[in-house]
Amino acid sequence: MFESKAGVFLIAGLGFFALAFLVMAVLPWAIYAGEPELTVEQVAASGIVPEFVDLAERYPEQFKRAFGTVSTQTFAEALRFGHEVYVADACWHCHSQFVRPVSNEDLRWGPVSTALEYQNALQRPVLFGTRRVGPDLIREGGRRSNDWHVAHFWQPTNVVPTSVMPPYRWFFDEQGYPNKRGMSIITYVQWLGSWVKEYPYYHGEGPPSLPMAATTQSSVAHAGAGSTGGGPP
Amino acid sequence: MTAAGGASGTGSGLGATTAADRLVDRPLVFAHLVAAMVFLAVSLLAGFLFSMQFLQHYPLPQHEIFSPGRWRLVHTNGVAYGFLANAFLGGLYWAVPRLTLRPVLHRGLSWFLFVAWQAIVLATAVGLLAGHAQALEWGETPVWIDPVALLGLILVAVNFLVPISCLSGPMYVAIWYFIAAFVWTVLVYAMGNFLPQYFVGGAAAGAIAGLFIHDLVGLFVTPLGWGLMYYFVPVILKKPIWSHGLSLVGFWGLAFFYPLTGIHHFLYSPIPMFLQHGAVITTIAIELVVTTVIVNFFMTLSGRGDALRTSMPIRWFYTGMVFYFTTCLQCAFQTTLAFQRIIHFTDWVVGHAHLVMLGVFGFWLLGMMVYLIPRVVGTAGWYSDVLNSWHYWLTMLGTLVMFLDLLVAGVVQGYMWRELSPWDEVLAASVPFWFVRAVSGTAILIGQFLFFYNAWKTWQLRPGAAPSHAALMENMQPAAT
Repeated sequence: MFESKAGVFLIAGLGFFALAFLVMAVLPWAIYAGEPELTVEQVAASGIVPEFVDLAERYPEQFKRAFGTVSTQTFAEALRFGHEVYVADACWHCHSQFVRPVSNEDLRWGPVSTALEYQNALQRPVLFGTRRVGPDLIREGGRRSNDWHVAHFWQPTNVVPTSVMPPYRWFFDEQGYPNKRGMSIITYVQWLGSWVKEYPYYHGEGPPSLPMAATTQSSVAHAGAGSTGGGPP
Repeated sequence: MTAAGGASGTGSGLGATTAADRLVDRPLVFAHLVAAMVFLAVSLLAGFLFSMQFLQHYPLPQHEIFSPGRWRLVHTNGVAYGFLANAFLGGLYWAVPRLTLRPVLHRGLSWFLFVAWQAIVLATAVGLLAGHAQALEWGETPVWIDPVALLGLILVAVNFLVPISCLSGPMYVAIWYFIAAFVWTVLVYAMGNFLPQYFVGGAAAGAIAGLFIHDLVGLFVTPLGWGLMYYFVPVILKKPIWSHGLSLVGFWGLAFFYPLTGIHHFLYSPIPMFLQHGAVITTIAIELVVTTVIVNFFMTLSGRGDALRTSMPIRWFYTGMVFYFTTCLQCAFQTTLAFQRIIHFTDWVVGHAHLVMLGVFGFWLLGMMVYLIPRVVGTAGWYSDVLNSWHYWLTMLGTLVMFLDLLVAGVVQGYMWRELSPWDEVLAASVPFWFVRAVSGTAILIGQFLFFYNAWKTWQLRPGAAPSHAALMENMQPAAT
């Protein structure tokens, strides 16, 4: 049996694979089977992040061309497209998206990740990530201003001199303003973790320049109260 | 061993054809090996470009198709589907007909698959650079290519399984590994590329993605690699494998434990903790299985240690086995939760991955190419044994330095993160390690280009080719392999 064609084909080839598939894939699948997976529209309907509104106010022409007006539909569109950009440019190979319960990660980034945070279409396939060249991003939303992100995507070393992140000039139009891709990826990143009520600040970083999305939707009204205009440096 | 024993010996008699030789489509083997070298060159260059980004000296212009992140995808996918897959196919088209004493199912199908597979790999590279990646590590192949690639894998399996199915009675070890690999590769590819994309979401999909990454190494690359070792090592050493019993333990242990470890890629993640514990235990069990295989191969070498010096393929094979034991031993430790706290997400894991893919399977396939190329081209040996030696030492030292460098870098990064050092300080601390990584990568790159040049010059020496000048003929050495 152990050296026969049928033994190797059926037991090792099919049988052991099936056993492992049952334990390593079907079991976790079954555990979360009862949890609904939100669509992007459902995610968007649960609250527009204020940074999306801020983009509309800072870059009115570009925003109008890319999305039109601020609405749940255009927010969903920005999230979906931002997620596409995040995958296409392999952001997920240098930025993870889960906070572990060890190594002081909750002090650095905030609450430890839970399974239900990943039950939505923007985590399909799930973007846990594999390497942290740059910081984890699952608690990034609202931590830094849109201005910071615009400057950073244009030339990361202008903001963080030791950064090894490449510049993403194709996120900008000819005038140097963020284009649809740029505004979408910023919206996506500002959305990450926006459902968390609070998280720590460290090393002198003050509180975010904008109120956090999860507080209430009315916080949208406060958005854009900061400086006006201004393209990348 | 009877079938393998019928294979052509070493050194002399290369021009003569044996019964098994008439079953092998030598130009097809050569074509796959050349394709493997081309994709290896592209993949290594992509990796080198990406490493320059870490030193803030990325040389290509700022355009999206030159995005360093996208070239990283070309690096990993090129290695898996361009280099490894082609080199494995070359080895299989050589070994399987000799082991079964039958040709593969259909010569036309084999050539069709050769062309189709290159088209799939090229389309993958173009798709990745154009921004069509699928968010699945090592399965970034754009979703519109996945069904075609799966069909190709099924046809490859059929092409080889038909001659294997004609065998009767107990089969030689290599064939066990090949049968299992053909079945597993198809299943793994289908599972990983379709389930998390279309059927499962959230943390459960993370479990499947971990299973896919792991199975791609454990159920596609590993069994084909070991199967080829069980074929080539006895043929070159002209002696049987030391213990048939240990061969059985090694194969069945791998088949049982290897697929059960996928979740160890996402420890401390939101996947249920009891499953993570299970994956840790099976991963440690694998190390015990691996030890039996390693003992078996080193006892086979016992008494023929001179082959490490005199036979370049054996030197590659056994260096790869030392690295294999190293990487599996490392794995048994790094999979524990104590190690995971520090090393997860750091360069430690990157070092591990390079040792596995290049240091183990890359070395085995390079050794196999050193053995096969003069035989499929029909020359008495290599154009230059000195270049072969340089190829070995540059690649071996480059890989070793890269592995150790990234290992230490990972520990430094992990502890600095735990101490809540600012992120930019961790980056600054990493730069010296990234510099050493780029230098060691350059050594590997130079080694491969010496090898490609050597293969090109060897090809020019093939029978029937007009020698470019007489001096070339004087360089011909008796086969050292």
